[in-house]
Parts: sequence; C-alpha cells; structure tokens
Amino acid sequence: MRTLILQTASKYLLPLLLLFSIFILLRGHYLPGGGFVGGLIASIAFILHAFANGLPQTRNLMRIHPGFLMPVGLGLSFLSGLFPMFLNRPFMTGIWFAEKVAVIGSIGTALFFDIGVYLVVIGASLTIIFTISESN
Amino acid sequence: MNPNLIISPILLPLLGAIVLMGFWANPKIQRRLSLVFHGIAVLLAAFLLAAVSDGTIIVMQAGSWGAPFGITYVADALSALMVLLTAIAGLAVGIFSSASIKSARAAFGFFPLIQFLLMGLNGSFLAGDLFNLYVWFEVIIISSFVLITLGGEKAQLEGAIKYVTMNLLASVIFLTGIAILYGILGSLNLADLAIRVQETPDKGLISAAAILFLVAFGIKSALFPMYFWLPASYHTPPAAVSAIFGGLLTKVGVYAFIRIFSLLFIQDPFIQKLLIGIGVLTMVSGALGAIVSVNLRKIFSYLIISHIGFMIGGLGLFTPLALAGAVLYMAHDIIAKTNIFLITGVIYKIKGSFRLEKLSGLYNEFPYLSIVFAISMFSIVGTPPLSGFWPKVWLLQASWQAGDYWMLGGIILASFLTLWIVVKIWSVVFWRKKPDVINTRVRNELAAALPKNRNAVLIAVGMLTAVSLFIGFGVQPLADLCLTIADQLIDTEGYIQTVLQ
Amino acid sequence: MEVLLAIVIGTLYAAGIFMILRRSLVRLIIGLILLGNGANLLIFLLGRIAKGKPPLIPEDANFMTAAYADPIPQALILTAIVISFGLQAFAIVLVKRAYRVVKTDDIDQMNATDDV
Repeated sequence: MRTLILQTASKYLLPLLLLFSIFILLRGHYLPGGGFVGGLIASIAFILHAFANGLPQTRNLMRIHPGFLMPVGLGLSFLSGLFPMFLNRPFMTGIWFAEKVAVIGSIGTALFFDIGVYLVVIGASLTIIFTISESN
Repeated sequence: MNPNLIISPILLPLLGAIVLMGFWANPKIQRRLSLVFHGIAVLLAAFLLAAVSDGTIIVMQAGSWGAPFGITYVADALSALMVLLTAIAGLAVGIFSSASIKSARAAFGFFPLIQFLLMGLNGSFLAGDLFNLYVWFEVIIISSFVLITLGGEKAQLEGAIKYVTMNLLASVIFLTGIAILYGILGSLNLADLAIRVQETPDKGLISAAAILFLVAFGIKSALFPMYFWLPASYHTPPAAVSAIFGGLLTKVGVYAFIRIFSLLFIQDPFIQKLLIGIGVLTMVSGALGAIVSVNLRKIFSYLIISHIGFMIGGLGLFTPLALAGAVLYMAHDIIAKTNIFLITGVIYKIKGSFRLEKLSGLYNEFPYLSIVFAISMFSIVGTPPLSGFWPKVWLLQASWQAGDYWMLGGIILASFLTLWIVVKIWSVVFWRKKPDVINTRVRNELAAALPKNRNAVLIAVGMLTAVSLFIGFGVQPLADLCLTIADQLIDTEGYIQTVLQ
Repeated sequence: MEVLLAIVIGTLYAAGIFMILRRSLVRLIIGLILLGNGANLLIFLLGRIAKGKPPLIPEDANFMTAAYADPIPQALILTAIVISFGLQAFAIVLVKRAYRVVKTDDIDQMNATDDV
C-alpha cells in the first residue's frame, strides 16, 4: 500500500502520534489514559509508518529491535515497584515527591511504573506485528 | 518478619527474566546465569517455608491498599510448600536444560521463559484474591504456550493447537466464574469471599459458579472428561519442557482446586460427591489410557492424569487425613513426575526413541543409571518405603474411615494398573535383550552428544531422586507439615482473620 | 439496558461456542475471541451498570459524596482485554505457523499427535 499521500502524511503523523502517546501516558494517573493506551498509540505510529514506507524503513528508523524495549520497560516497572521496599513499605506502595513539576504534575513511583508499561507495550506489540508481517 | 519476603519468590524470577532477556544474544551466559537464579529461588523458598511451617500465616498487602480492596498475597504452609517444590523442580529442570537445550531454542528465549513460568507458578501459589489468581494463570499459560511451540516441529505445532485452545477455553470459563461470583458477592478477596459466601441467600447461583470453577480448573488439571488435550500435547516438546509441564502445570490446577474449594464451595455435599466421583473416574481412566500407549512419554502423560485423581478424590473426602494425604501426594507427585520426564529424556538421548518396541537392554548397558530410574518409577507406584507409599496409605485410610468404598476401590485399582505399567516398562526397556532397531546414524550423533552433557543431566536426575528418597525415608517432618496444612484448610478461620485483620 | 446486554452476552457465548465446534482453525480462533468478549461484557454487566456516575473525585472535594459506579469491573475488564490481546495475537501466529507446516486448517487432519 505505498501511496505518495500516505508516505507524505506518515512523515508528519509519526512525530505527532508519538507526542500524543506521551501526552496520554503522562495524564494517565488521574484522567483516562496511561501506559498501556499510550504504548498502543505509539506502536500504531510505527505501524502506520511501516504501512506507508515498508518494514525495512521502519526498522532503520527505530535503530534498535523493538523486542529490546521489553526488558528495559519490565526493569523500569520492577524497580519502581521495588523502590518502596527499601523504605520498608509494602511492594508497589506509591511514593510521591512533595513538590509538583510543571506540566507533568506530581511525580511518583506510579509514573515510572507507567513508563515501564508504555515501553513493554510498544516492544511487545511491535514485535508481534513485525513477526507476523515478516513471515510473509 | 518482613512481609515483603513472601513475594520474593515472585520477584526473583521476574528479575531473572529481565536479566536473562538482557543477554538475549548470548545463550551461553543465559545457561549459566539461570542456574544462579534457580539456586537462590530454592534458598528463598526454604526460608519462606521455615517461617510458616509452624502454622503462622504471613500476609502482604501490595501497595498498602487494605485487605478486601487491594491485591493481597498470602503465604500459609500450603503455599510455601508449593513454592519450595516449584523451586526444587525448577532447579532440576534448569540444570537439565542448561545441558540439553539446543542453541536454536535458547536463542528464542528459552531461559527467560522458564523464569516467567516459575514467576507465574509462584504468583498463583501466593495470590490471595481470585482475579490475581486468574492473572497469574495467564502468565503461566502464555509462557507455556511459547515454550511448547519453541522449535516449531510439526507434532509440536499440532500439540500446541490443542493445548492452546483448551487453555484459552479454560481461561474464559474461569473468567465467567469470577464474573458471576463478583456479581453475587461483590468481592474478589478470597478471605472476604469466604465470609460472604456463608451469608448469601443465593445458594443456587453459588453452585453454578462452583461448577464453572470446577470445569475451568478441571481442564487445567486434566480431570476425567476434560483431559484429552494433555496426552495430545505433553509428549511433543523437548524433555526439559515436558518435565516442568508434567510436574507442575497440572498441579497448579490442583492447588487452585484445593485453595478455592476449601475456602468457598466444599460445604456443599453435592460438590464433595462430584469431586470424589470425578477423582475416581480420572484415576481409573488415566491408568487405562496408559496401558494402551506404547510411547513412553504418552504413558507417563496418562499416568499424570491418573494420579491427579488421587488428589482430587482426597479433596472431595475433605477429612484432615484425606487432605493431608492429597497434599503429601501432590508433593511426591511434583518431584516424581518431573523426574520421570527428565529420565525419559535421558532414555531418548541414549536410545533415540520413545517407543517401547524400539527400546531394550538398558540395564545391561547402564546398570547404575537403571537403578536410579527404578527408584523413581517404583515410587510413582507407591512401593514401600518410597515416596508414593505414605500418601496412598493415608488416602486409603481416609476413604475407609469415610466409608467411601468407590474411592477405596479406585485407589487400589489405579495403583495396580500403575504397577502393571511400570513393570511392563521395566521388563521391556531395561531387561529385554534384543538388538536395537534404531538407525545407527542417529545413535552415533546422540552418543557423541552425550558425554559433554552427562554430568548436568545426571545431577538433575540424581537430585530429584534424592529428594524423592528423602520424602520416602524421612517422611515425618513433611507428614507433620501436611497435617498442619490440612488443619489450616479445614479450619479457615485463621486464614480469614489474618488476611482481614 | 441490562436485558439488552444480557441478550448480547448470550449471543456472544452461543456464537463463540458454535465457532469453536467448527473444524476450521480460523473459526476456532474467532470463536475464542467471541467467548472472551462475552466474558468481558459479563463482568461489565455483573458489576451493575450506573449511568453517568464516574468514580472520579471532583477537584474541589477530597472524597466521593454521591453514589458512583463500581470501578473494579472496569479494571478487571481492562486487565482481561490486555491479557486476551496477547493470547489472541499468539494464537493467530500459531495458527498461521501450523497452517504452513501441516498444510491444512482442518482440525480433523491434525492427528499426528493422536497415535498411541
């Protein structure tokens, strides 16, 4: 499905969708959104790019294999859950910094957990899609 | 004691999986590193069991959310025992696979997947609420799906389709049961549910939910009318994978049966009768299936089914002795079945076939190895004083006391059939003198591959045989533990109070 | 609304079971997907439907004052959807691989594992 229109559009859509996915990721703690949805939107951005330009181009664009995002994301989520245990609180207790950061709002372990989920979802869904389309 | 300790058996394999995935391109390091994680897991599990073996129950509320609302992890003696057995079986399979798994499989993440599988198993043993149990079940099945297909041979894919279909169906039925239970009782925490189930007027709907759970766990643990997927799939993957499947995956279903039914549904006499009936049918029909098979791994797959019946029947009797017998049988069965599948893998490595008509004369070639095999084969029959003997005595005694002669007859018949099968295997595979009929090229390749791996393979089998012998000869501490577990299962007040305090 | 949903759920379960009884692998997968969706809707229905009462605390208050919808079923459904997404993706890849190797999508032909 290589059409000029889609190719041109995907050039602009890719950064826009990625930005939107990060927006969804960050608003997720108090409003609808979160790591899973954000990750799906981000992977849709890459899949759209692959539709328009072919899989090899998308692979070049990503530089790393998407499967590599899975251990990174899992590690991040794992550490964010582990952190309260060093303060002698139960696993996964939310620990929040007192002062708020501009734009993002309160920062706490839940945010890092969500970022981990975001990375795992991108990694897993892109690996699945790439595997299915490569075996053709 | 720090309650965070009880989820360390879940966190350790997760850490292991993450680290091993980090070494994705280097299976050699993965082989070595995974052994470290398996070793630490055994130590942690032993520590956990030591902390709860006197009957204390440790509770951890994840994220500090209070009991009926948050996610609760509970370690009582039963959970801790299962975690320890999982760790031991995991260590043996880890050692065995560090030598036997081909690099092609290792490159597709065999070692991280084993860690994920162990995480799922430990998670289900420690979960304190119904939905969390469902999630851990899914962790188990997704990693087992990938493990069973890894390698992609024709038989593996066909077996995997049956395995995947039945497991997905079981998950949907499980989820339906959870939905109905949540709809009636409005809670998911097991301790909270146990209280509410007593108070609710909707007994009919509760029974309907119980039947849904019975079908879901019945598929998972391969009970009588729902076991046909097991002998169609367990003999297809490599030996290390079928060992961990055969030893542990069906036992998670049995654990879920014991945990959920003892807390929620067992007061219903209909459910008790049903469990005993299904148990008896499972043990007899599984043993009959094993008699007609001629493929070693299929025979042992059917024996898994047959011996699941003992545990479910013991749960159905629901007396202290019967429950202790069921739990002790489960402990013995995890070790013995894992070992027997590893041994089948060794036989395949030596002889290049699983089929009875192609195997012979193993005793003449490897006399010492054959003795090790004999120990674990006769322990699954229950020859005294090997490990299978004691739980069978308890189960027989319990069914005699309860006056349940179907159960009594079922146990005796299934034990005799098991004895027949084991004697048949022994006389054909080990004693029969007959020139080998396998193709020599395959044999030479296998013989060339063996010496390098021999030690690791022997250590794995030897370790499990030693544990099995320990259960047989030094049964007293384990028997005491099983009686403690049975008391905790019958008198659930302590569990409920500790969780909801 | 409840009656309508109950009918939809019943239809989904019935269609799902009908489809998994077919011999074609693709229909098998479709059947499992339908069953999964039926189960998710069932959780949604059994969590009691409350219209227009989101379980969100208003910005000027510290806790909920009015009656609100039960948020747990939605958390359960979200989790179940995520899980079934992964499982179904795997099942589709598996069916495709199996079709390549076995060269049939008729389950009756897949009997290599059934010999004794």
